[in-house]
Amino acid sequence: MLRRKLLKMLTGALPGLTILTDPFARLLAQDEETAAQELPLYGMGIQVDRCIGCGNCMEACKAENNVPPEPTHMRTWVERYVIDSNNEVHVSLLNSRNRTSSQIDEQRNVLRTFFVPKLCNQCENPPCVQVCPVEATFKTEDGVVLVDNERCMGCGYCIQACPYGARYLHPETKTADKCTFCYHRISQGLLPACVNVCPTQARVFGNLKSPASPLTRLRRLKKINVLKPSLNTAPKVLYTDLDGEVR
Amino acid sequence: MRKLPDSLVRLLIVIAGLASVVLCIRFLVLPRSLTDMELHKQSAVERELEKPIQFAGSGICQECHEDEPATLAAGYHSTLSCETCHGPAQAHIDDFEYKPKAPRQRDFCPVCHMYDPSRPTGFPQINPIAHNPLLPCIECHDPHDPVPPETPRSCEACHAEIARMKAVSHHVQLECKVCHEATNEHMLHPRAEKPTKPANREFCGSCHAEDSDTVATPHIDLKTHGGRYLCWQCHYPHFPEAS
Ligand code: HEC
Ligand code: HEC
Ligand code: HEC
Ligand code: HEC
Ligand code: HEC
Ligand code: HEC
Ligand code: HEC
Ligand code: HEC
Repeated sequence: MLRRKLLKMLTGALPGLTILTDPFARLLAQDEETAAQELPLYGMGIQVDRCIGCGNCMEACKAENNVPPEPTHMRTWVERYVIDSNNEVHVSLLNSRNRTSSQIDEQRNVLRTFFVPKLCNQCENPPCVQVCPVEATFKTEDGVVLVDNERCMGCGYCIQACPYGARYLHPETKTADKCTFCYHRISQGLLPACVNVCPTQARVFGNLKSPASPLTRLRRLKKINVLKPSLNTAPKVLYTDLDGEVR
Repeated sequence: MRKLPDSLVRLLIVIAGLASVVLCIRFLVLPRSLTDMELHKQSAVERELEKPIQFAGSGICQECHEDEPATLAAGYHSTLSCETCHGPAQAHIDDFEYKPKAPRQRDFCPVCHMYDPSRPTGFPQINPIAHNPLLPCIECHDPHDPVPPETPRSCEACHAEIARMKAVSHHVQLECKVCHEATNEHMLHPRAEKPTKPANREFCGSCHAEDSDTVATPHIDLKTHGGRYLCWQCHYPHFPEAS
């Protein structure tokens, strides 16, 4: 009896065991490692003091990437920060469909107010990649974090793990979805859709490794900040003129 | 050496058998793309690359359109991409029969230009209710080169706050020179020669008195309204409000 139970258990565990062999497979593969040629390392700069909160980036992203229309599903979004005279910080989401009515509360005594565009930070140390149980999300060699939506099983760990709230569960595919820097565009030399339509060059896109990219110039000219630097995620979305209150 | 119990030996054989089955499945049966991380990533990347493009990008329009890109590049809207206003246009390039939208209606421009306190100071903003109402914006501003018909930028250079305030007020259409006579000398040595300022109630009355023939201007009774006080003791002239 006991033997049969054990046997059953072992056969049941077959698929699991198959995965366990992965490290061996990877060891074998390492010999064939090709000499990496000079690949780009993509990054984006956000010049906060230029954003006028027009919301064109949000709409262009949805059109380009087939993102569902609900405001809860965003690959990129714009936050309105209002800091009142009690130094309280109020953050609200710019609604892409009803942009003109999102006026701030007149009663509030406003100290300062501005817009902050946000998107996936394409971290060098991405927490989402670490927690994915099936390795469906991974970092490409040119530094972009992608989701394999055929492998993803929609468990949502990565959505929880992302400190920037950059991921959502796509209602149709039931898999995790997020900004890819418009990977299909940038690999053809086009700019990401949001950068393409930004009217004030608040968004700057380029190759972090190239001395001639607009990002390199931005880094030389301005003081750069990243969001939540203490988490050591090493974001590749770089902010200039970032207010200290922005989280 | 003690001999292993029979049952244990058999169990070990079973485990060895299972292990070889597992290895067989792993290396011979399962497709490479499922087990090989590199291959699986590669196929995900390839699927990503095949996604269709909606926005053609800013460089390509000038291959067929000559005037608009040249005008755009020389004007205030030089940082705008064609598709920021005309919408995704890859379909138009694949087939001219598909016309990109041309946003002619008045509510389009305020998406960027309506006054909003969170916008950076210095960005040109207007109050869409007060700024030349009822006419489409493109009646006066060429969307590809939106210089205002007359740009009184010179006063604005130093009196930016007044100019900004006026730009969102009921007096938006009144140029500074309607109420102030400023010489060139004032621009060069502002304190040496000061512009004129309205001196009396009759000045405002020229537009607001009941017997003046201005249209679309609220009229008051010049004799009684506000008593004997000067109009600007109650109304700020650059941002007049009726309350
Ligand atoms: C391969 C050539 C070609 C390219 C590239 C091209 N266009 Fe056109 N476009 C045309 C032609 C031809 C027409 C005139 C169609 C007609 O009048 O029937 C036209 C017409 C238009 C119109 C006017 C539509 C109307 O309602 O009359 C707009 C707006 C326009 N194009 C925008 C763009 C933008 C924006 C781009 C760049 C993303 C672009 N085009 C790129 C060929 C091109
Ligand atoms: C600020 C928004 C804006 C931008 C940026 C813009 N356009 Fe336009 N465009 C318009 C509007 C509004 C019209 C309609 C003008 C009219 O009917 O008088 C128009 C009309 C056109 C037309 C049709 C002209 C006609 O006579 O029917 C073409 C072609 C065109 N645009 C091409 C372009 C190209 C190419 C670019 C990029 C270099 C561009 N536009 C950038 C707003 C814009
Ligand atoms: C996507 C955002 C956007 C849209 C839509 C847009 N503009 Fe602009 N506009 C800008 C930017 C950016 C500038 C340059 C501001 C600067 O120089 O700092 C500008 C500048 C201007 C100026 C020059 C103001 C000045 O004196 O400095 C005028 C006038 C203007 N736009 C009118 C229009 C009109 C009319 C439309 C509609 C056809 C329009 N804009 C649509 C972004 C936009
Ligand atoms: C009747 C003609 C007319 C119409 C219609 C019109 N404008 Fe203007 N606009 C002007 C003139 C004249 C100026 C310059 C004087 C001023 O600042 O008021 C100007 C200035 C501007 C400025 C620059 C303000 C600044 O502070 O630098 C912007 C932005 C602008 N207009 C946007 C618009 C938009 C958006 C619309 C449509 C909602 C529009 N205009 C409709 C005539 C017009
Ligand atoms: C080079 C900068 C500059 C420019 C350009 C300029 N001003 Fe002035 N303006 C000043 C200064 C400085 C004062 C003095 C303020 C003070 O004494 O408190 C002043 C004062 C004034 C006053 C108040 C005079 C008084 O008696 O209190 C008016 C009215 C005025 N300017 C109108 C204008 C107009 C209209 C224009 C455009 C035609 C203009 N200014 C352009 C700098 C400038
Ligand atoms: C409707 C008429 C009117 C228009 C238009 C107008 N002003 Fe005035 N302005 C006045 C009056 C009246 C005063 C005097 C107010 C007072 O003494 O309290 C004044 C005062 C001033 C002063 C000095 C006092 C102050 O408020 O700082 C300056 C500077 C000035 N104007 C600049 C400008 C400029 C620049 C413009 C154009 C952008 C402009 N004004 C347009 C009526 C006008
Ligand atoms: C050149 C003509 C002209 C002159 C001079 C002028 N105004 Fe006006 N004023 C207007 C017009 C036009 C409007 C209405 C604009 C609108 O509502 O579209 C207006 C509106 C107003 C309003 C009503 C605002 C509201 O909330 O309805 C007040 C108050 C006002 N002006 C006060 C003044 C004062 C005070 C002066 C003198 C310093 C003055 N105006 C000089 C043309 C003028
Ligand atoms: C004692 C303060 C005071 C003075 C001085 C004054 N006003 Fe007014 N004005 C008001 C008030 C309060 C209102 C709003 C209530 C009302 O309509 O009576 C108003 C309203 C107005 C309106 C809007 C009327 C409408 O129907 O919308 C105009 C235009 C106006 N004033 C112009 C002037 C002019 C021009 C002068 C100088 C001749 C002037 N005011 C002097 C207090 C004043």
